[in-house]
Amino acid sequence: MKELVILSGKGGTGKTSLTAAFAGLKSSLMLCDADVDAADLHLIMAPDVQETHDFVGGNEAVIDPDRCTGCGTCLELCRFDAIDENQGEYTVDVLNCEGCGVCVDMCPESAIDFPRKTCGQWFVSHTRFGPMVHARLGIAEENSGRLVALVREQAKKRARDAHIDLILTDGPPGIGCPVIASIGQASAILIVAEPTVSGIHDMKRVGELAAHFKIPAMVCINKFDLNLDQTRAIETIAREKNILVAGKIPFDPAFTKAMIQIQTLLEYDDTCPAAKAVRNIWETVMTHPAMKLERLM
Amino acid sequence: MIISIASGKGGTGKTTVAANLAASLNQPVTVLDCDVEEPNLHLFLHPDIQSREKVIAPVPEIDLDRCTFCKKCMDICRFNAIAVTANTVVTFPELCHSCGGCTVICPENAVTEKERILGTVETGTVPLPDMNFGQGLLDIGQVMVPPVIRQVKSHRAPDQGITLIDAPPGTSCPVIAAMKDTDFVILVTEPTPFGLNDLKLAVETVRLLNIPHGLIINRAGMGDDAVYAYAKDKNLPVLMEIPYDKAIAQAYSKGDLIISQQEDYKEKFQTLYKKICLLADSEKCAP
Repeated sequence: MKELVILSGKGGTGKTSLTAAFAGLKSSLMLCDADVDAADLHLIMAPDVQETHDFVGGNEAVIDPDRCTGCGTCLELCRFDAIDENQGEYTVDVLNCEGCGVCVDMCPESAIDFPRKTCGQWFVSHTRFGPMVHARLGIAEENSGRLVALVREQAKKRARDAHIDLILTDGPPGIGCPVIASIGQASAILIVAEPTVSGIHDMKRVGELAAHFKIPAMVCINKFDLNLDQTRAIETIAREKNILVAGKIPFDPAFTKAMIQIQTLLEYDDTCPAAKAVRNIWETVMTHPAMKLERLM
Repeated sequence: MIISIASGKGGTGKTTVAANLAASLNQPVTVLDCDVEEPNLHLFLHPDIQSREKVIAPVPEIDLDRCTFCKKCMDICRFNAIAVTANTVVTFPELCHSCGGCTVICPENAVTEKERILGTVETGTVPLPDMNFGQGLLDIGQVMVPPVIRQVKSHRAPDQGITLIDAPPGTSCPVIAAMKDTDFVILVTEPTPFGLNDLKLAVETVRLLNIPHGLIINRAGMGDDAVYAYAKDKNLPVLMEIPYDKAIAQAYSKGDLIISQQEDYKEKFQTLYKKICLLADSEKCAP
């Protein structure tokens, strides 16, 4: 089984639109939306949800006022500023609580409860391109890295059961915890970069991250004709860092128009220049040695 | 007055708004880039960085001569950062959340804390009148984002000044850390289905924190009208529109400000600030 993770360093570069466009190019694949914080792939895929599961993340401290004697041990020990004191009454600020449980264990009166909490939901769906695993993290919840890991694990398990040999994963933005959770053991990553000063900066950071975890990386340049100097700069950096440039997509309003119609680019117009570029990139990516290598997953 | 600029997700024009608004204000301003995973603001403001400080988190170090392998540290750790066997203790600093539980619970005082570097905070000035700059940079491979953001925010302007915070994308811990304790949130979106979906999540987040907020629609004209209908339905004031314009996109691609290309935008951003002052707690607004 292989897994290609589409990343970008940050949102808005066309990662999800490209993932969706790729989906129609192979007859059998598993889709996985690992951007659990602001998932968008479902907007194009219109998934028919078959299974809904709760994601139980960490625990949260709750002080029982009846048992609390106001000794202040919790306030003194909490390193996350999560204990508030108001005229001798102690409460937990849930937005600051890290779920470490130190206050729970050290309270001399055992006055702090530590219930588990549901932090979001994950889904298994049918789409017109095959099965899809996706999720939604609750607002202001933590543990997005763990939810990303869970979504990918489920995508692998379900792909194995259905004898599907390719997982296409729409990755989260950034280089932090959710991104790290989205690339471990992936066959390769494809970075979608825009030819802008920030696009180059973000591509370098995510390229370094891939190198740090020894995941083969490729790059494609979206809206390459917006700034040809910056496009050349991306190509030069990619060469220096041994990142294959899989192709360049011209600026094309068809991407937005397709999105509004709830269609992939190729469904909307498969003859436009951007569609041709997407096809070529797909061919190049799929023939990369990393995508031929069978990984034990 | 602390204004954070957020968007649900990246690529909607947060940094464009932060940079142009900062450069349009005729008063002292501190701009802080809290998108520490991918900070971009420096590419537009070209700060002269004058100081760098490390962001440090304490992680446990076990003195094996004192340790009796009682496993209390392992049991209190909810993040699996400590493993105790019959005759040794292994710590996993990258999993540690620095809660200090192991230090307080150890009956033998065998746990001390050493420093782990999460990233860097850089501060300096921008070659524009009265502008201070700060940004955080998460080290590659590190996952603890909120402490880096909090340290960037510690460099906010003194009481009377204006601070602008470029927030990270999303709706989870990093963006909460950035938005928390700010006086106003500007939500930047674009009028597309993706933009609307992420805006809805961002609105839920800012309403949870109970911070006054308003909307900027970037790339106006590129998509459909659903964002406007949503704004009306939710009583979200539209503070400003930036049109879908190839010249603006090209200026951005080179790292240029809109206001240096199109003079009238300076006034538009000043008007934006006045609108914010009317919506935020008026006492916070600098005269």
